[in-house]
Amino acid sequence: MSAPLISVRGLCVTGSGRHAQPVPIVRDVSFDVRQGEVLALIGESGSGKTTIALTLMGYARPGCRISAGEILVAGYRVDRMTIQELRAFRGKTVSYVAQNAGTAFNPALTVMAQVLEPALAHWVMPRREAERKAVELFRAMALPDPERIGARYPHELSGGQLQRLMAAMALMTDPEIVIFDEPTTALDVTTQVDVLQAFRSVIADRGITGVYVTHDLAVVAQIADRAVVLRHGTVQEAGSAEQILLAPREPYSRELVAASRIAPRAAAEMPDQDAAPVLTVSDLVVGYGPKDEEGLPARRILNRVSLTVPAGGTLGIIGESGCGKSTMARAISGLQSRAAGSLTFRGEALAGDVARRTAEQRRRLQLVSQNADLVLNPAWTIGAILDRVLVFFHGMDAVSARAETLRLLELVKLPPSVAERRPGALSGGQKQRVNLARALAARPDLILCDEITAALDPVVAAAILDTLAELQKALGLSCIFITHDLHALRAVCDRVAVLLGGHVVEECDAASLLEGVHHPYTRLLSGSVPEMRVGWLDDVMAERVMALPETGNGIGRQAGRDGCPFVPRCGVFNGDLCVNGPVPVRVEPAGHRHIACTHTPEALGRLMPDFQNDMEQTGGMI
Amino acid sequence: MRDLFALRRKIPPGTRRILTLLSAWLLLALLGPMLAPHPPGEIISGEVFGPVSAHAWLGTDYLGRDLCSRLLWGIRYTVAICMMSTALSCCAGIFLGIATTVTPVWVERVLGRLMDGLLSIPSLLFALLVVATAGESAPALILTMAIIYMPGSYRTSRALALRIVRMDYITAARARGETRSFIILWEILPNMTDPLLSDIGLRFIYAVLLLSNLSFLGLGVQPPMVDLGSLVRENILGMAYGAPAVVVPTLVIALLTVGINLTLDRGRV
Repeated sequence: MSAPLISVRGLCVTGSGRHAQPVPIVRDVSFDVRQGEVLALIGESGSGKTTIALTLMGYARPGCRISAGEILVAGYRVDRMTIQELRAFRGKTVSYVAQNAGTAFNPALTVMAQVLEPALAHWVMPRREAERKAVELFRAMALPDPERIGARYPHELSGGQLQRLMAAMALMTDPEIVIFDEPTTALDVTTQVDVLQAFRSVIADRGITGVYVTHDLAVVAQIADRAVVLRHGTVQEAGSAEQILLAPREPYSRELVAASRIAPRAAAEMPDQDAAPVLTVSDLVVGYGPKDEEGLPARRILNRVSLTVPAGGTLGIIGESGCGKSTMARAISGLQSRAAGSLTFRGEALAGDVARRTAEQRRRLQLVSQNADLVLNPAWTIGAILDRVLVFFHGMDAVSARAETLRLLELVKLPPSVAERRPGALSGGQKQRVNLARALAARPDLILCDEITAALDPVVAAAILDTLAELQKALGLSCIFITHDLHALRAVCDRVAVLLGGHVVEECDAASLLEGVHHPYTRLLSGSVPEMRVGWLDDVMAERVMALPETGNGIGRQAGRDGCPFVPRCGVFNGDLCVNGPVPVRVEPAGHRHIACTHTPEALGRLMPDFQNDMEQTGGMI
Repeated sequence: MRDLFALRRKIPPGTRRILTLLSAWLLLALLGPMLAPHPPGEIISGEVFGPVSAHAWLGTDYLGRDLCSRLLWGIRYTVAICMMSTALSCCAGIFLGIATTVTPVWVERVLGRLMDGLLSIPSLLFALLVVATAGESAPALILTMAIIYMPGSYRTSRALALRIVRMDYITAARARGETRSFIILWEILPNMTDPLLSDIGLRFIYAVLLLSNLSFLGLGVQPPMVDLGSLVRENILGMAYGAPAVVVPTLVIALLTVGINLTLDRGRV
């Protein structure tokens, strides 16, 4: 067998604190990558995976340095190269695709100018030829309108498109090695599938050797041949991707794999469907811009959304970015004024503005928001933050408030010493637990969880979801769980509402989300969540008939305001009614489904015949 | 005492330095006159613009009075008047600056334009105008300088607060139903103390310079009271002789302003 293309031996990276001793970030890491192979670096945030990937380009972030070890990349000793040598090496022999393409592009230049940059900077080819090559790469990346997309500016393109353009930029100089640093983490699942597919086909076609940094094991299964599991800057386990995903040997790898397989909530826990709902949302409209003929805003973020939250149950709201999930949370909690519609909470009407709600209503409905870094006041101690809620809502004195605070911390599984610390001294998971404890301090009836696990590592997120489910059972809480993550949704929810473009396209039982007849978008969404199974991506691409994300279905029409927002991507487009609306909501008795589609459930069942079998085979894997 | 040390450790070093320096000047202003060897108005020597001697530690002034005693009194007036006016202007400016980030938009529209108007008037000119019409009393001076420096403080604190008010913890407080003043004082203010302290220090320097200017022009502190600016003015004739009576007060003004400025700069790095 030939010598490996990348060989790292005993790599150490240390960071220098300003006063303290040097801190080791990466310790004694060794691995090899052969020609044409893709190696995945897996780990949680802070495990050193990006740091290691960057050292392959001879780069250490400011304050860090490569302190020991040998890095051999495509025949170069990267750790011994000078700045001049590195400049010629980077972007030509090794190139890099960063996590957030949205911020990696310069908004003032067209994408073509930026994609050409590496080729022109390295004098690889004349401009004319480079442009031809760029268009060819755009086509290989399955970008829409490859001839003309280069003339556009970054803000005119979607996140998924920018991510693919960035990969095209990295491939301009025909590098031997490409480093992908979490390139799909910031994307919606439906977009992620396309981007992964595009990456995979160019990697295969061009014989590229890849290093793929990610925390998502399901992505690893699709794209990597071999994997290295990292923790605290050391290698925990190395092996083939399949072995690590299916038969991890080290305890930490097992924990990581287990966290990616959250068990769906048992159907037996379903609350009584006939009980009075705790919250009813009817015909909610939120928007901006000038008023239309109905006296409602012309541009709508939420368009006539109706939902019910069963008492003691959990309603999940799922949808891609920009579908209006967070606006919904803000409108329900009274932070965003509504243009029309009504909210009924425990039989009382809720005012649109939080200032006009009674203290009792505010207490009983609590919002737990997404970013725990921003939601805890950094100037306060954790104890003071929780005490304040108790004093404010329950009029407790300082002593009893502190006792209750310690009890709450215990409830969310935090040690009492946390009370004396400030948010800056806590980890992301701990902050999110405090955030949850603050909502519980009010003793609410309903908590609104807005993407509470989105910013957390899978292991930490799984633990938070466990705690939430336990607390809900113990305290009899109702809950609205807003997320873009289908795994998390299935772990905690009873009912699910699928939101798209400000419309609820479907409402159904969470347990039956992967079986029976569904709205085409629901089907696309549930089919796009990567499974930890080699070959899953091929299956998905093979059966892409009902829904064609991004690339579109060729109808080339946008839905009107009351039409179905899925029209441009729908594979079972049904004519003008879909575009103009109003789209009828049909009830499918099995699983109490409400589907907003111009097709009848029977017709949908006929148009999507493979659904049942397919999911029975793979349902256990998710 | 232990609590005090614990508190001291919590304050970042930059802030600690500026607080130490300001309190040192305040202490000198409070205790200085008690240490004065002579009453400030007493003529102790027949020699005017006398040199440094055992009898008159920093020489004598244009009437043969003891400069050291007069200087200690002058520091008291300069520091006291400037600190009071700074305190007034910054309290009002900071409160309004934060308040306009949580009140309806029209409040900031009106107040903001008013502040812009005040900012556009040259400070010395405005002070001269007020002093000329309202007379030269210490309270009038304090109030005038407070008005002059309020808009700057308002702008700075509003800019700082705008960044903080977007944070989710402010949203959480609003969702809880906290009052506006609670949000201003307990949620926003504690998160901007460090940059605000630098701003307050800077405004204090401006105030010292303006007061010295006014007194130098004869419109500031009036005899028998004395401040650093008027010390320079009354002894200006000594310039020709290189008398300590004019050099020392000038140096003290420089020490006060440049010293604070340097401390602020070090805090920022």
